[in-house]
Amino acid sequence: MQYLLMIYRNEAEFDATPPAELAALTAEYMEFTKGIIQTGQFKAADRLKPSSTASTVRVRNGKVTTTDGPFAETREQLGGYYLVEAKNLDEAIGIAARIPGAKVGSIEVRPIWPPAI
Amino acid sequence: MMPSAREADREVEEIFRREAGRVLATLIRLLGDFDLAEEARQEAFIAAVEQWTAGVPANPCAWLISTGRNKAIDRIRRDVMFRTKIFDLELASAEADAATAFDETDEAAFGDDRLRLIFTCCHPALSLEAQIALTLREVCGLSTQAVARGFLVSEETMAQRLVRAKKKIRDAGIPYETPEPPLLHERLQGVLAVVYGVFTEGYAATTGTRLIDAELCGEAIRLGYLLDELLPNNAAVLGLLALMLLHDARRAARESLSGDLVLLEDQDRTLWDQVKIAEGLKFVDCSLCISGQLSAYAVQAAIAALHVRALRKEDTDWPQIVGLYEVLLRLQPSPVIELNHAVAVSIVDGAARALDLVDSLAARGQVSQYHLLHAARGRFLQQLGRFGEAGCAYRAALSYAALEPERRFLRARIASIEGPAAAD
Repeated sequence: MQYLLMIYRNEAEFDATPPAELAALTAEYMEFTKGIIQTGQFKAADRLKPSSTASTVRVRNGKVTTTDGPFAETREQLGGYYLVEAKNLDEAIGIAARIPGAKVGSIEVRPIWPPAI
Repeated sequence: MMPSAREADREVEEIFRREAGRVLATLIRLLGDFDLAEEARQEAFIAAVEQWTAGVPANPCAWLISTGRNKAIDRIRRDVMFRTKIFDLELASAEADAATAFDETDEAAFGDDRLRLIFTCCHPALSLEAQIALTLREVCGLSTQAVARGFLVSEETMAQRLVRAKKKIRDAGIPYETPEPPLLHERLQGVLAVVYGVFTEGYAATTGTRLIDAELCGEAIRLGYLLDELLPNNAAVLGLLALMLLHDARRAARESLSGDLVLLEDQDRTLWDQVKIAEGLKFVDCSLCISGQLSAYAVQAAIAALHVRALRKEDTDWPQIVGLYEVLLRLQPSPVIELNHAVAVSIVDGAARALDLVDSLAARGQVSQYHLLHAARGRFLQQLGRFGEAGCAYRAALSYAALEPERRFLRARIASIEGPAAAD
């Protein structure tokens, strides 16, 4: 089954990270990603630009409205994701727990519906 | 001589009761679905009533599992007639799984399946409420109605909770597996929390008019024995089992005929269940003898053991109890344990020192709405002769207490200080 591992963290705190720590974190992410590519669990991953760049779109009665910012104000914001292949939830949780961001933020683990045939 | 029809019925009934859990646990593994497995078990039981009239098969458990599996496969086949091709693939894989997995019908495989079922029902990706409900329904075999009654919710609410939990197991891919050793210890803590949660819900119901729900306590203890059978020589399992037995042994003395709470010091010790006490003491010793694994449950059980070992309340070894609470505070710090420690200190070192401990706990503010904290403060203040403040503390306790027998107890305390009319 495929799982989407969504990485949430507090953007304000993240923005204040000193450059040396940021470099170390990037290296950790590189190593982690390489690891799950080697095991064949990796399907896709991306880092998102900050939520200050987000827009929210709704269509009501055929009319499009666009507003600034994410859908909901929360303490932690979505910052990136991994799409992985895992045997079951325990394996997906095991991968999520190794994402470097799990130590400061949180990872939401969501199973993906198989494509409809 | 042929057994009479009634005796045969009773034998079949006894087999159903004994094997229901094992049959379900293995059918879930073979069929990969809780609901399908429950229906299959039901159909196997019906078939057994019809076909066992001439005699019970040599291995009734294996018979029930194989019959249940075949009935389920028939059902899937019938359903498939109306559906698309994709289900043929599912059926083929289900049949292949069932055929290969069913070779293991030995006792060890049944035990493994029961453990799988317990770990799946107690998976941390489910809410604690759902874990407890699923465990009582699927592992203990309680009816949905009985589980609902135990937790004072409507049958409909409980049924929905169970449906949602089973749906999450299926849709999120919660595995039907016992975790491997590095994870096993951590996940076992979750399982034990569920078992202890069932016990405490039964022993100290947090709301309503009942003080004790004996059925829930009994189920929790049965789960403890089952875990000990499946995971032998585990210090935490033995410790929890001991703790539950030593508490449960005092059940008859804990509630007066009128349903009032009777404090440990006032309990009629002749009402304590000596069989459970002996069993509990044996398990505490077993747990504490396993080196390298000191379980917080075993330390709590050791404290309970010191209480039940005392023939009169004056014989209680309070200095050792204070010491054990200090061990427990290092293992598993919590406000509730701090409070219990303070109560023990009040007996060894006097109420003034205990009041300091409780005031320091209250000053940290995490437990300001915990009724027992205020009740303990009231008691220490009363012992120090500070009756005005004691009355206020008991009133604060009363405002947070939800359980009717505890509320009556607190009103009686207030009345003892301020006169009978004051507490109304």
